[in-house]
Amino acid sequence: MTRARLIERALLLAATVSGLSTVSIFVFMVILGLPILTAGHFSELLTGPWSPDHGVYGIRSMIVGSLTISFLSLLFAFPLSLGTSVLIAVLAPRGVALAMKRLVRFMTAIPTVVYGFVGIFLLVPIIRELFVHGSGMSILTAALLLAILISPTMILIFVDSFERVPRSYLTAVAALGGSRIDKLIHVILPCSWPGIVTGLVLALGRAMGDTMISLMVAGNSVGLPQSILDSSRTLTGHIGLIISADFDSLEFKALFACGLLLYLMTSIMVVIIRSLHFRAGVRGW
Amino acid sequence: MIQKLRQNTITAITLLVVGLLSVAAPTMADSLTPFQGETGTIKVSGGTAHIPVMKEAAKRIMTFNPEIRITIAGGGSGVGIKQVGEGLVDIGNSGRKAKDTEIAKYNLKMCKWAIDGVAVVVNPRNQVTSLTSAQLRDIYSGKVRNWQALGGADKPITVFTRDNSSGTRAVFWKKALAKGDITDRAHFVVSNGAMKAAVSQDPYAIGYVSVGYIDSSVTPMALDGVVPTLDNIKAGHYKIARGLYSNTRGEPSGLAKKLLDYLLSPEGQAIVADKGFIPVQ
Repeated sequence: MTRARLIERALLLAATVSGLSTVSIFVFMVILGLPILTAGHFSELLTGPWSPDHGVYGIRSMIVGSLTISFLSLLFAFPLSLGTSVLIAVLAPRGVALAMKRLVRFMTAIPTVVYGFVGIFLLVPIIRELFVHGSGMSILTAALLLAILISPTMILIFVDSFERVPRSYLTAVAALGGSRIDKLIHVILPCSWPGIVTGLVLALGRAMGDTMISLMVAGNSVGLPQSILDSSRTLTGHIGLIISADFDSLEFKALFACGLLLYLMTSIMVVIIRSLHFRAGVRGW
Repeated sequence: MIQKLRQNTITAITLLVVGLLSVAAPTMADSLTPFQGETGTIKVSGGTAHIPVMKEAAKRIMTFNPEIRITIAGGGSGVGIKQVGEGLVDIGNSGRKAKDTEIAKYNLKMCKWAIDGVAVVVNPRNQVTSLTSAQLRDIYSGKVRNWQALGGADKPITVFTRDNSSGTRAVFWKKALAKGDITDRAHFVVSNGAMKAAVSQDPYAIGYVSVGYIDSSVTPMALDGVVPTLDNIKAGHYKIARGLYSNTRGEPSGLAKKLLDYLLSPEGQAIVADKGFIPVQ
């Protein structure tokens, strides 16, 4: 066998294994969640309250918690990341840009539990005193911290896509007498649209998948949150809290529904954004 | 003269040191000698109330014999029982008795080495330091939501609780709340340590921890006029108490058995008392 073929085979194997593991995790969760799905309690599970003392295992509050926390964090992080990446790729002098990029790279390596810890001692008291509502452990607190967590991923991907805009386009704008801002608005941003969408998808996935931050600073209440200053529990935090329950208990079985739902929610969002991306891509280019 | 005095002092000190060693040596030897020449690891997980004692015991054993590794993880009583049952750890701690179903399923053997109280705690800045059982139940059920109704500041009460696998919660729910409702606005934390941190950070919080965790960062509440001190728990005046258990799958054996024996030895029981729990021997 030639060397090229060997490498091709090896890569194919790697791709198959990673692809198959994703699919098999899904199948595994479906099989284990099946008892709850087929028992006819599925709608109850999705829309009911969580109260194991009363034998009710609904995860409505956690679905709401996960969605509000992750989208709110994206709302905070997107402008921040876009601004930072524009600064790094377009506006800042070379030295500053490089230093900032290094800093952002370093930030991706900070474990989430560190953010959670800082959040408990720093952000929670501030939110509590500032808004005089509740304990400071809230959707808002978690979303702010998550925004810091997901920004580096977004910034790096944005910067990457900005830098991939062909030089000739920028030279053309310069030849027409355009400023750096003109380059940014009329060339760089429109050309980088696919990269921006990719960054958003990955960041959203990270926000929704993170467990530690919301577990530590969102308060984990099981009630349906009425405002972003209320405490809330995410699906991931819920799994983290209940995982220690008895294997045979209904509580534990309800976790598979949570896992399945997280999987589906993330997949559906990726598909939606990807299809938007595709259409916009066709229009934009 | 001076020289003689000096000589006498030296002799006295030598005697004192020898004397101390000879007193200390037997107890040290009694408790730790079983670990002599042993190698291997002991994995411990579960109840978070147990951790201070377990850590100190592990430190002394590993200092005595560096060939032994002891790892201690938290997770809560439910985790302890489940992991030891599944064979993931050698010893699973629980702050409650294992249920009959759990004992039957995993063939668990319980070893009780301390008695612990569960105290209601508030932030040191809170003026309210005493509650009746009825008031406590009203706070946890969400009927009373403001400290003003209890003689405190006009601030909403932040109720903290633990997840269902917590042994501390199980005891608190049964003995302090009489299995009453817990409001869906209650905040959840994952360990005794996290509970202490949360209550010490929030001036309007109320929570409950193992008495071994109480220090100046939280104030224990008198419940129906009884303060949760060790004396009150020992005398049975303070009712919210439980045993601290270490569970093994089947009869304990090997290093795990030696660790449990050590916890029950005079030295182990001294650690128990030192960390704020009540020895069982």
